[in-house]
Amino acid sequence: MNTVMNYLRSLFLFELLRGLSLTARYLWRKPFTLEYPEEKAPVSPRFRGLHALRRYPNGEERCIACKLCEAVCPALAITIEAEPRDDGSRRTTRYDIDLFKCIYCGFCEESCPVDAIVETRVYEYHFEQRGEQIMTKQRLLEIGDQYEQQIAADRQAQATVR
Amino acid sequence: MEYLQTFWADLPVVVQILLKIAAIMVPLLITVAYYTYAERKVIGHMQARMGPNRVGLFGFRLLGLGQPIADAVKLMFKEIIIPSGANKLLFLLAPLLSIGPALAAWAVFPFDAGLVLADINAGLLYILALTSLGVYGIIIAGWASNSKYALLGAMRSAAQIVAYEIAMGFALVGVLVAAGSLNLGEIVAAQQGNLLNWYWLPLLPLFVIYFISGVAETNRAPFDVAEGESEIVAGFHVEYSGMTFAVFFLAEYANMILISALTALMFLGGWLSPFQGTPLAGWFDWVPGIFWFLMKTGFFMFCFLWFRATFPRYRYDQIMRLGWKVFIPITIVWIVLIAWLKVA
Repeated sequence: MNTVMNYLRSLFLFELLRGLSLTARYLWRKPFTLEYPEEKAPVSPRFRGLHALRRYPNGEERCIACKLCEAVCPALAITIEAEPRDDGSRRTTRYDIDLFKCIYCGFCEESCPVDAIVETRVYEYHFEQRGEQIMTKQRLLEIGDQYEQQIAADRQAQATVR
Repeated sequence: MEYLQTFWADLPVVVQILLKIAAIMVPLLITVAYYTYAERKVIGHMQARMGPNRVGLFGFRLLGLGQPIADAVKLMFKEIIIPSGANKLLFLLAPLLSIGPALAAWAVFPFDAGLVLADINAGLLYILALTSLGVYGIIIAGWASNSKYALLGAMRSAAQIVAYEIAMGFALVGVLVAAGSLNLGEIVAAQQGNLLNWYWLPLLPLFVIYFISGVAETNRAPFDVAEGESEIVAGFHVEYSGMTFAVFFLAEYANMILISALTALMFLGGWLSPFQGTPLAGWFDWVPGIFWFLMKTGFFMFCFLWFRATFPRYRYDQIMRLGWKVFIPITIVWIVLIAWLKVA
C-alpha cells in the first residue's frame, strides 16, 4: 500500500509542486539585498578596520615605543624604531604597519598598555600605488586625529567588557 | 491606408517575405535579450535577492533594464578564441547549426487566425523535424572543440534529446489524433469552444509530458546535465567565447520561447480567448487574439525560470529512467485511449 502511495505521489509530481509553491511564495518576499554604496550594514564598536595611532587630549602622542604590539603581531606586520626624544621621553621614530601583511586580528590593540594603536571602524580604503599599503607613523596619527571622537566613543562603549 | 496596401502589393514577393521574416525575427530576438534579464530578475527574487538593477539607460537606473544591451555589446566586442586542436570549420559552423533551426521553426507559427508566414499543411511535422535538428549543432560543437568536457556535454545532450524527442513526438501524436490535422492553425481551430475544450484537459498527461520533455529538449534545469556547470563546467560550449558563445545562448533561449509558444498553441488553444463560451465572452471581443497567445506563451516562459529556481539537477540515470520508463509508456497508453475515443 505504501509503495503504491509513494508511486502515485511521485507520478503526480507531489513533491515537485510543493517545491514550486515554495519558490512562488518567495517571489513576493522583500529581498534581503543591501544595496551597498547607498546602504551600509551596521558596524559594531568592536569592528577591526583600518589602524590609527591616538593622542592624548593635550596633543601628546600616546605611543611610548614599548614594542609590545610589534612582538605580539602574528603576521609581523609592524616595524618600530625608537629613540629618546630631546625632552628625554621615549618615543618612536618609525612606526610602520604593512596592511598587506596585517590580518586585522586586533592583538596590537589588545596588547597596547596606553591605548595608542587602535583599529577603527573604517573599512573603505584602497591603495593605488605600490608602497602605499605601508602605513607610516604620520599617516596613522592623521587617521587617529580624524576619527578620534568615534574611536573614543567606541572604546567607551566597550570599556565595561574589556 | 490604401496607398500602403498598393505599395505593399507592388513590392516584389521576395522583399515581402523578407519583411515578414524581419517582423518575426526582430521582436523574437529582443524577447530573447530581455528573457535573459527576466530570468536573472525572477530567479533573484525567488532567492530573496534583487537581480541586476544597476545598468540603466541614459543615466537612469530603470531597474537594470539596460543589462541585456550591455551584455550584448560586451559579447560582440569579445575575442572569438579558436582552440588550437579544434576543427576550425565545424567549430564555427556549430553555433549557426544550432540557431538556424531555432529561428526557422517560427516560419509555420500562427500568431493569430491567419497570421502566419508559411501556412503549410504539415506544420507540426516541420516543427518536429527542425527542433530535432538543433542537436546537431550541439554534437558538432562538442566534437569540434576537441575538449573532454565539451565532448562529454555533447554526448549527454545527444542521449537526452534522443530520449525525450520520442516522448515529445508521442505527445504531439496525441494532439494530432485529437485534432485530426498537422496544420497548426487547424489544431488551434479544433480546440474552439471553451476553456475546458482546450487540449490541456482532455490530453492532460500529454500536456504535462510535452512541457517537461520540452524543458529536457532545451537542456534547461533540472535537465541541464549537458551543461552541468558543477561537473563539466559548461558542457558543449566550454571552448566558445564572444559572439560564438552568444549565438549558442541565443539558440537556447529562442528554443525555450519556441517550446513555450508550441505548448500554448497545442494545449492552451493558441490565440483563443479564455472567455470563449462564457457569458463574459462579449466583453473581451475587442482583445486581439495575439494578446492571448502572448499571455499563454509568457506563462510557460515563466515556468522555465520557475523550474530553474526550484529544482536541483537530475542525475543522469534518473533522466534516462524518467524519459524511457515513465514518459514513453504513459504517452503510448494515452494515444491508444484517444484513438479509441475518437473512433468510438
